[in-house]
Amino acid sequence: MMPIRRMALLALSASVMVAAGAFGQSGDPQQAARSIALFREAGKVLQHPRCLNCHPAGDRTTQTDRMTPHRPMVIRGAKPEGFGAPGLPCGACHHAANYDESGVPGGPRWHLAPASMAWAGRSLGEICRQIKDPARNGGLNMADLLKHVSENELVGWAWAPGGKRTPAPGTQAEFGALMRAWFESGAACPAE
Amino acid sequence: MARFTLRLNATTRSVDVDGDTPLLWVLRDDLGLTGTKFGCGAALCGACTVFLGDVPTRSCSLPVAAVGSGEITTIEGVSGPVAAAVQRAWIARDVPQCGYCQSGQIISAIALLKAIRKPSDRDIDLAMNGNLCRCATYVRIRAAIHDAARELGG
Repeated sequence: MMPIRRMALLALSASVMVAAGAFGQSGDPQQAARSIALFREAGKVLQHPRCLNCHPAGDRTTQTDRMTPHRPMVIRGAKPEGFGAPGLPCGACHHAANYDESGVPGGPRWHLAPASMAWAGRSLGEICRQIKDPARNGGLNMADLLKHVSENELVGWAWAPGGKRTPAPGTQAEFGALMRAWFESGAACPAE
Repeated sequence: MARFTLRLNATTRSVDVDGDTPLLWVLRDDLGLTGTKFGCGAALCGACTVFLGDVPTRSCSLPVAAVGSGEITTIEGVSGPVAAAVQRAWIARDVPQCGYCQSGQIISAIALLKAIRKPSDRDIDLAMNGNLCRCATYVRIRAAIHDAARELGG
């Protein structure tokens, strides 16, 4: 598999050449194959523990590179969704930045993704279709989605997690470029 | 070292410490408020819980520089009807055994009752499971929270 940095550079140059397509599959098999290849590369980030821990299946988050159940037990919570249970919100321990003295990670507005955005345990194809579905991606259109993955500070934490946590591969800018190239090549999804 | 002015228990206190010092050490070592306990230093046990605004916060995991203008309330400063109901329930149920974890338990219980007027057993478990008790007073804690909720009309 091509390293993510080289793939991102190719994606950047390709995005200049490829006209922005509709938010759907391309009719051109070669372009569709290329689009899927780009998404598979982006999937190295999407399916990385730094991302999946906060996009858990079910209500309970996981932690560490091994994705073990979070200690203490915390849940997604409903009011507001993603910020933990009353009495034990995420903000009880996680603050605006990583804190080496206690080893507790932190970032702006630390919280879990909504249940509709659960990725853990799902195939890359399922995640792809989920990301494209405004009913399951927080109502984002593709421009908003690309901005979110490229600029959101909490997303960006995945590349600067501190401690012994393995960062997501590449950089946030490269990930954003990959996602943009995927979209501009037709936003095709792997079958599985 | 830098000077930090903290809003603490309805007063204002100033300290000269490194900005990355855990709030817990500032409370205990610099300000003499030893009701808040050190347990694990890694936000795993809840013994160091204080209020930062309305949020029950692990003070071992919060650098003093991050407190800003937030209002800190420690076990020495909790007050009001919810705190009073919790205190009465804790005494009536004779909740503490060794007592070491109890200031954190009480802060979390107050936070829960402020958020949910009549918590279920599950609500209590979800809110309190970040506060460990090596004497295993969990059953009395849960009963005392129900008692306090009833007293508060929940």
